[in-house]
Amino acid sequence: MCENFPTYITEEVEEPLTEDEAALLSEDDLSKLGRSRREFLGKATLAAVAAQLLLHDQAFALKFMSDAPVTNTTVSELAMNVKMIVNGVEKSILIEPNVTLLDALRERLQMFGTKKGCDHGQCGACTVIVDGKRVLSCLTLAAQTEGQSVTTIEGLAKGDELHPLQEAFITHDGFQCGYCTPGQICSAVALLDEAKRGEISFVSTNISKKPSTKLTDDEIRERMSGNICRCGAYPHIVEAIKEVQNGKAEVKK
Amino acid sequence: MAGLLGKPTKRIDGRAKVTGAATYAAEFPVKNVAHGYLVTSTIAKGKITSIDTKSAEKANGVLRIFTHENAPKLAFTDPKDKDNIGMDGKPFRPLQSSEIVFNLQPIALVVAETFEQARNAASLVKVSYQAETPLTDFDKAITEAVPASEKPEKVRGNPAEAFQNAPVKIEVEYEIPIEHHNPLEMHGAIAVWENGELTLFDKTQWVNNVKGHLASVFGIDEKKVKVISPFVGGAFGAALRPNYYPMLTALAARELNRPVKLSYTRRQMFTGHGYRPHTWLKVKLSAEKNGKLTAIIHEAIANTSTYENYTEDPASVSKSLYACPNVETIYKLVKLDLPTPLYMRAPGAVTGMFALECALDELAYELKIDPLELRLINYAEKDPDNGKPFSSKELRECYKQAAAQFGWAQRNPNPRSMRDGNYLVGWGMASGTWGAYQAPSSAKVVLNADGTALIQAAASDMGPGTYTTIAMIAADTLGLPIEKVKFELGNSDFPPAPVHGGSMTTASVGMAVRNTSQTVLKKLVALADTPFKNADEKDLVFENGKISLKSDPSQNIAFTEILRRNNLQNIEETGKGAPDKIRDDYSIASHGAQFVEVKVDEDFGTVKVSRVVEMTASGRIMNPLAAHSQEIGGVVWGIGMALMEETLIDHRYGRMMNNNLAGYHVPVNADIHEIHTGFVEENDTIVNPLGVKGMGELGMVGIPAAIANAVFHATGKRIRKLPITPDKLI
Amino acid sequence: MNEFKYFRATDEADAVSQLAKVDQSKFLGGGTNLIDLIKENIEKPVALVDISRLALKEIKKTADGGVSVGATAKNSETANHQLIRENYPLLSQAILAGASAQIRNMATNGGNLLQRTRCLYFYDPAMRCNKRVPGSGCDALEGLNNYSAILGWNAQCIATHPSDMCVALAALDAVVTVKGAGGKTRSIPFADFHRLPGNTPEKDNNLNDGELVTAIEIPKSNFAKNSYYLKVRDRTSYAFALVSVAIALEMNGKKIKNARIALGGVAHKPWRALEAERMLTNNDANDANFKKAADAALKDAKALSNNGYKITLAKRAIVRALKKASEGGIA
Repeated sequence: MCENFPTYITEEVEEPLTEDEAALLSEDDLSKLGRSRREFLGKATLAAVAAQLLLHDQAFALKFMSDAPVTNTTVSELAMNVKMIVNGVEKSILIEPNVTLLDALRERLQMFGTKKGCDHGQCGACTVIVDGKRVLSCLTLAAQTEGQSVTTIEGLAKGDELHPLQEAFITHDGFQCGYCTPGQICSAVALLDEAKRGEISFVSTNISKKPSTKLTDDEIRERMSGNICRCGAYPHIVEAIKEVQNGKAEVKK
Repeated sequence: MAGLLGKPTKRIDGRAKVTGAATYAAEFPVKNVAHGYLVTSTIAKGKITSIDTKSAEKANGVLRIFTHENAPKLAFTDPKDKDNIGMDGKPFRPLQSSEIVFNLQPIALVVAETFEQARNAASLVKVSYQAETPLTDFDKAITEAVPASEKPEKVRGNPAEAFQNAPVKIEVEYEIPIEHHNPLEMHGAIAVWENGELTLFDKTQWVNNVKGHLASVFGIDEKKVKVISPFVGGAFGAALRPNYYPMLTALAARELNRPVKLSYTRRQMFTGHGYRPHTWLKVKLSAEKNGKLTAIIHEAIANTSTYENYTEDPASVSKSLYACPNVETIYKLVKLDLPTPLYMRAPGAVTGMFALECALDELAYELKIDPLELRLINYAEKDPDNGKPFSSKELRECYKQAAAQFGWAQRNPNPRSMRDGNYLVGWGMASGTWGAYQAPSSAKVVLNADGTALIQAAASDMGPGTYTTIAMIAADTLGLPIEKVKFELGNSDFPPAPVHGGSMTTASVGMAVRNTSQTVLKKLVALADTPFKNADEKDLVFENGKISLKSDPSQNIAFTEILRRNNLQNIEETGKGAPDKIRDDYSIASHGAQFVEVKVDEDFGTVKVSRVVEMTASGRIMNPLAAHSQEIGGVVWGIGMALMEETLIDHRYGRMMNNNLAGYHVPVNADIHEIHTGFVEENDTIVNPLGVKGMGELGMVGIPAAIANAVFHATGKRIRKLPITPDKLI
Repeated sequence: MNEFKYFRATDEADAVSQLAKVDQSKFLGGGTNLIDLIKENIEKPVALVDISRLALKEIKKTADGGVSVGATAKNSETANHQLIRENYPLLSQAILAGASAQIRNMATNGGNLLQRTRCLYFYDPAMRCNKRVPGSGCDALEGLNNYSAILGWNAQCIATHPSDMCVALAALDAVVTVKGAGGKTRSIPFADFHRLPGNTPEKDNNLNDGELVTAIEIPKSNFAKNSYYLKVRDRTSYAFALVSVAIALEMNGKKIKNARIALGGVAHKPWRALEAERMLTNNDANDANFKKAADAALKDAKALSNNGYKITLAKRAIVRALKKASEGGIA
């Protein structure tokens, strides 16, 4: 079936295999670890190692991420000092006005949990919570958040204890590649607060009255539509949010 | 641990992904990294006559601006740039000449201290061109189509004559536009050189391919290149080839003697990695009055670029799916002034099946036979293309179970026979098929003295759950709890694995891990004392980190104890897995059945896919939790393809115009309603001893056709050109 | 994205004077459109004056019984405010039809009025666009005009105004209050706020240089029980309108006492269908009258090569929305 389809399917890896195998087998594992601590990577190597380790050594990875130093490479005379509270910790950064909150988090504070999916407000991957409201960090200038409180995906868990939505996303497999996930979860956290406040959506059937704080599937779908998941995990995302909203696990199909 | 396989298992990397700790390519916090930003062409064809970087160079923070005028000529020791996904033709090489071969082609790379400075300076680069008229209009180019292969297609029977003489026949044309993968993570890389050795953090579905490619580009030994890619933020085919940004990132880093980071913008994504080609298809079907197919003639014409021949043979799906004595498939290409297309989820298959499965629906109406019944009448018991038996094929059971769950028996075949308020309701169905590929792979298994195991392979996990599935296979084989097993991937220093594409990773890497784990156990047994040492393997049980005798479980010894007594830190083994020869005697494929309900607002032509039932037969399901996610994802992709996805090109300029996520629509949460996915498991040890077939592509294959068929049932309108947007339905 | 200076204005007067100080400076509200335009090099401000923290956030009753919404109040606060939900559910519905929850949390009311077209050619600096570069030509006219205007356009510009909120405000006869240099204030009726392209497609509205939108006033009306916002789009949510319709009716039994019809996605400005409104006034609310009104509303529509479907769509949307509104909307 589809016999002449993908050339790569039939690609033989025999030859490089032998070569690489030889290289691998002659190489001591310990020296490999040593090599990866080369100077150019500095702390980055720890992150690289952490990325591997975190599957089983989460605490280490998280510690590294939050302890990463602020780098100030900005040099122009336009630079200004911006103070904001990120996940409860005051951060002061010297940046130019044309730095977005997203790039400040990622490239200055080395907090890469907030994702850049389009950089134009069209996907929701960069969603963070500023002063209690979910917003897009790619269309927010860092300078605009002076004095404000920013909550990112890195700030949701309490130590080792995950936020119930983080837990529910794992339980219901509410993601695949994981790239939209931080934005989805931040969005969902804010969504539940909005529902508690009685806020309405485009699919709410009665605008003048306070709606039920328990959202229907259609309400959750509409309210989560600002977060694109290209892997198509939407049904599982809705299940995860419902579970947290209803305070119990729904019976799975 | 026995019993792990087939048990719903939460993703091992789940915690990293929900806490933001998973590190994607552009996120390695490399010290002293400089930032790149690409400048792209505004014409599709011609030459750059001048490129003025003066004011850009003066901008704050700029370190260097690379153009074709000053970029070093690279080695390119291999004519194909050692790209194993490469195709006939000559690969695109950025900044190596003044020639423009597609619009939005990279023509300069600005590197600055910060991302903002690079972006600002990029806007100051001024370019003049000598422009030629580009040809990107498929309709205008179609007359120039040439056969995709020099080899003549194998024709079964005499399709022309059979078609001519048949009592019932249809001849219909279908078309799909260019579509883009649009993974959420934009492609990016960080390059670091040290002592002539290159490390590249990349977004890729194949670290080894990028490694070989960069070695060729820079003319250095492959051993001096290391590619790291632990997490891939979606790809769907978009990260199969090395693309042009890894070499540019590495080039800039080498010239500046400093680490460089470069990511595409969303607009650059549209011409930076390929796309599903524009394809026109014609299907001729003929049948006896009882529904028996007498001929299938399936023709496909798709676009490629001017410099490479991309092929995916959409029509070939018509060879094997139905029992039909007379079959011909034709495949031609037209060259357009666009970048080269690339495999995009279910390449070829979803395109060809859209045409075939819609045509079958049209034939069913012609014959006045239920569409499902028509498929059963023509069910292929063995592969009609080569006469081989299927290693397994539970498609009939998929039809049966999906139809029952959907309630298909209640369907009134007449179009426009069901209503729900303002909505016309329609039911449609289709079949899906995909290969069950396996490629040679290798893996390293290290059983440690502390009772843990480390598995390594240069594989990828772009979302299907490879991290978890491979750990499950290792734990199951080694007899360890899954918590004790760590699987590492995405590093070209690890034993080679095949490309993470074609839905074959679990089978390929899984078999290497299984074989190598078994070798480790053999070594372990050999190191153990009697009665284990000389026992027949069949009489031993490996469970919970212990070896015990099947006949007397009280006789057991812990792995850790064996290593301790032998004074060993670990047992390490690197081994292989490869497809077994027995596969050659069979036709091997996975199958599925899809049933869809749509609600069409007739006034506005808006379509809501209100219910989908998809049953899949793809061998043994390793991790049902992630497997359901894959199939649901496939359905969502099918919905996007059927209803909204289309890349719009202004042919006067050969420029893709809706090159962003506001203009190129993919489904949002509110577009997705009830989706029921299920599996008919197949006990197939011919495909491989694990019994694994692929499923990532399969989930979407039949969906666009099923939706189009349901839209016909709802409205009486056949929309043969995707996507089915409001303007086409009102 | 170019480099620019950033000032945070302390009050309205400061905002206006800061803006006047630097040539080619811009007010920054929520930034949901402006930051994107700067990223695309469509706007290249020398300085941004951040007005998002000005005390213009109040949503309050006015002396004549209407409601005033502050220019820097967020779209989401406005849609969810009890005064709006009870008195102008049409406005809530229209705001909630637009963008996403995140963007509505950022976008200010004043900024919503000033957002620019999403015409593919305006948004790509490689293309010719009279709105972006006056006199350069319009590549959309004979290009991909699937989403372009069907009413009020000319060969200079076929762009549409992208806002949903403004369509409701047009139907509700809102008034925009602005403050200019020297503290001078003035009121602009909504119908006069946005412009048709004419010979100056670069101008989206009738604001003078340096003027700051301070509030939007919505007069008292009796439309709350019978209004409806209908939006047709290519996907269910998070997409701009192909066409949208804002209907506000005052009913007297089965008779329509007063009707408002505004269309979105069809013209360079939110489009009021005045003749259709007149035809419905003092007439029965029935399908035949709705169809007549819809035909009248689109009487002057002219299709381009790829957007003829919008005329059909707009007519049907008007009929459906009138029906919904006359049956009680969703208030």
